[in-house]
This record gives sequence, structure tokens and C-alpha cells, in this order.
Amino acid sequence: MIWDAIIAPFADFGFMRRALLGCVAISLGATPVGVFLMLRRMSLTGDAMAHAILPGAAVGFLVSGLSLGAMTIGGLIAGMAVALASGFVTRVTALREDASLAAFYLISLALGVLIVSTRGSNVDLMHILFGTVLALDNAALILLCSITSISVFTLALFLRPLVLECADPQFLKSVSGLSAVTHFTFLSLVVVNLVAGFQALGTLMAVGIMILPAAAARFWANNIGGLIVVAVTVAILSSVAGLLLSYHFSLPSGPSIILVTGIAYGVSMFFGPVGSVIAQAFPRAQINS
Amino acid sequence: MNTVVSFENLTLGYDRLPAIQQLEAEISEGSLTAIVGPNGAGKSTLLKGVTGALSPLEGKINLGSLTRDDIAYLPQQSDIDRSFPLSVLDLVSMGLWQHIGAFGHLSKSMRGRVSEAISAVGLTGLENRPIGSLSGGQMQRVLFARLLLQDARLVLLDEPFTAIDARTTADLVEIIHRWHDEGRTVIAVLHDYDSVRTNFPDTLMLARELVAHGPTQNVLTAENQFKARQMCEACASTPHVCGKDAA
Repeated sequence: MIWDAIIAPFADFGFMRRALLGCVAISLGATPVGVFLMLRRMSLTGDAMAHAILPGAAVGFLVSGLSLGAMTIGGLIAGMAVALASGFVTRVTALREDASLAAFYLISLALGVLIVSTRGSNVDLMHILFGTVLALDNAALILLCSITSISVFTLALFLRPLVLECADPQFLKSVSGLSAVTHFTFLSLVVVNLVAGFQALGTLMAVGIMILPAAAARFWANNIGGLIVVAVTVAILSSVAGLLLSYHFSLPSGPSIILVTGIAYGVSMFFGPVGSVIAQAFPRAQINS
Repeated sequence: MNTVVSFENLTLGYDRLPAIQQLEAEISEGSLTAIVGPNGAGKSTLLKGVTGALSPLEGKINLGSLTRDDIAYLPQQSDIDRSFPLSVLDLVSMGLWQHIGAFGHLSKSMRGRVSEAISAVGLTGLENRPIGSLSGGQMQRVLFARLLLQDARLVLLDEPFTAIDARTTADLVEIIHRWHDEGRTVIAVLHDYDSVRTNFPDTLMLARELVAHGPTQNVLTAENQFKARQMCEACASTPHVCGKDAA
């Protein structure tokens, strides 16, 4: 029974194993970045960036069909262009970062949808928007795992300046010239992980695996290491559960995975030990524990 | 005594509007100087100038042999995100930045120095508390512990005791005296004239221009305070004649 429900789909079908590997890779790479997005109050920035990479991916698709390499490079260029352009506008004009980012990502998104729909079919558009986690090939998996490795390594290297840049930017500026480098490195990590995520989950869903596990983890841990561990665990377990749901009930896999992380978030919000609904309602229990 | 910071015909300001004009002053090495003056006199602006966060509109700030590593700065309202999940230990350790940098390892002896600093500000036992759970006074103690570790030749404090309880203020004044005894130069923006009289040998009174600079008892006179207030009030009204001409 348990075998049939949980193990068999992965044991019997190669595409399920590939999907699982892809999702685990994304969980390891994107989720820690999501934790920092949340801590920097930039959760919605992640969403905006996810939309911003669309035209690049679309151009890549037009140039060489459903080629992962081309779509990835296109997505990277578009994401970086939007990140840099909005950063530039914020610095030289009176417009604040949220507004300039919103402006650029909306332009970018409209452009992307236009490109895909004039040249491709609706099926293609759906592929890009919602991903194809059940059709990941070797090239895609190698790409996903490489991006994850680079992302985890970079995050480990930049952890200290990144934490300071979030918690006490004035101090970082006073002791080091790394402030701008750190900010840009972090934005690059966001873009790179979104590009990795959209191969599997689609541009719309990629940001889900970044933000939702991080938001859930906030109710379980109150230090950075703990937050990252909880968030990655939530992301991996949700990936397994989401894939199984999609297998047994013939549901689209991307949204299934994200909905399971959504459930994890909901449960954490009520029952987590740190600042959840229950913890706020019974503060004494928290002190004693 | 050697001069550690000198202001030469210094004009500092924001958006090309000067907040300090034509300041000429020298701070000697190892001195303990209070900067006083009415609101809007340019006190915080002066410290920002010394840290390099603000470039002079005119004149210059001569820092001699001091580099960025030699200057520690405690801003007035630090923009620390108190909700960020960082412990007291984490935040204080960052005072060792010039030794460990962005990527270096915190050695055992360095950990010892961190605990010493935490105990010097009386926070032993709270090392693992998240900074979000500290009171205002405790947070200021944490920031002083970090300043201790920065081991700087020049310490700049911008209103370090505003909204801080008396007990904490007394403890932190003690640390300032310790820095003074160690031969470090300390410059602090302060409002409490009584505290300045008892604790700070030198005072620089500012009202957009230099009002007076020297031994505290010569500077903190009723006459100077009156003059400073008039100079600042004149600046706040429009049209106005600024500075000494108004007084």
C-alpha cells in the first residue's frame, strides 16, 4: 500500500525520478535565496523578477525552439537587464525601487507574452508559464544541478556580507566596500535560481518554491541556519508530495508542488512555535518551552 | 599634541544646501571632545563628513594617517533591522570585521575577545538572545560592545545616550573614559550639558558655524549658548542673515 502510493511511482518511472531530482535541486538552490528575499522584505521582488525573465526565455525559444540553453541564456539576460535597469532608475531619479521594478517587469512581461503568442502556439506559452517538470531531460538536469551548486557555493561565500547588508547596511558601508557587490551578487542569485526554476515549474510557479517554504520556516526557527534548514526541508517534502499528487490524480505537477508548499505554509502559520497564530495566542506556553 | 582630524574651511551640506559653513577646527589625538549646539546646528552632519559618507561642498577634512579601519562610527538612529534573526553574539562579532573581513574565520582567541566585549558592556548571559528581544538600553550596549571590538583610533558617537536609561548611560560613559585612557580620540554629539561638563574635557560648540572650541568650561558659557541659539534661529527664518553676523 505505502509502496504503491509513495515508492512505486518513483521506482517504476524514469520521468518521475528525473522530476524528483530536478525538484530537489531547485529546493536546495532557490529556497535559501528565498529565505534572504523574505528577510530583506523583498518577497514580491522575487515575483516581479520571475515575470521579468519571460521575454528573454521567449526570444530564446523563438531562436532555437524548446532549447534549454537558449531559453536559459535569454532568461538570464532579461532578468539581469530588468534588475540593473530598475536599480539604475532608482539611483538617478526620484522613483522608488518598488515602482521602478514594477514598471520594468510589467513591460518585460507584456513583451514576453507578445513574442510567444505571435510566433508560438498556446501549448508553447503554457510550457514557459507553467513548466515541464515531468519532461526534464539530461541536459536540463545537468543545468539545474550546476546552477544549484553555483548558487549554494556563492551564498555560502557571501553569507556574512549578505547578512550585514540585510541587518545593518550602514555598518557594512562603514567597514567595507562590498556593499554594492553584495547587493548585485544577491540579485544575480535570484535571477539564476528563477531561471533554473522555470525549466521545471514555469516562470509563474518558480517563485513559489523560493518564497513559500521560506515564509513557512519563519514560524519554526529564529536564526538564519535554522530558517534555511527548515525551508529546504519543507521544499523537498512538498516536491515529493506534489509529484505524487500529480501522479495519482493526473494533476499538473508545478501547481501541485506549490500548493503543497502552500499547505505547509498554512499549517506553520497556525501551529509553528515562533510567532504563529497559536504561539501569539498563548505566549506563556512559548516561554516555558 | 598631534592633530588627528582637522577641518579646513569646511562647508558640508545636502543637495548643495550647506548645513555647516567654513568650519576651521583641529581635534587633537587622544582628546575627548563633545560636540554641542542647538537642533539643526550641523552636529550629525559633521560626523557624517568625518566618516566619508558626506563629501565636503567646500574646503576639506584632513584625516592625516587615519584610514577607514581606524574610524568607528555609531550613528544616531542606526538603521539596524531589529526583526532580522541575528543573535547578540553574531552582531557583536561583526566588530572584528577588519580582522575577519567578509570571508575569514572567527578563531578561538577572537571568540574570547567577543565574550570579553560582551561582558564589558554587562550583557554576559544574553549572547544567544535575538537582537529583536532587547530593550533600547541593551541594544545600545550591544552596539558599544561592537565598537569596543572595532579597536579604532577615532571613535565617533552620535547622540549615544538619547532615550537610554540612566544606569546604561553611566556604564557606557565608563567605556568612553576607558577609550580616553587608552589614548583613543573620541568625538561625541551630546545634548546633556551637565554630562558634558562632568565627562568631556573638550567641547566644540556648533551653530552651522563654529561658535567656540576648547576646554569645556570655557566653551559652555551662558553667553556662547545664547549666541549659538541666535545664530541657528536666524538661519531658520527666511529671508535671513546666517551665522555670526546675526548674533
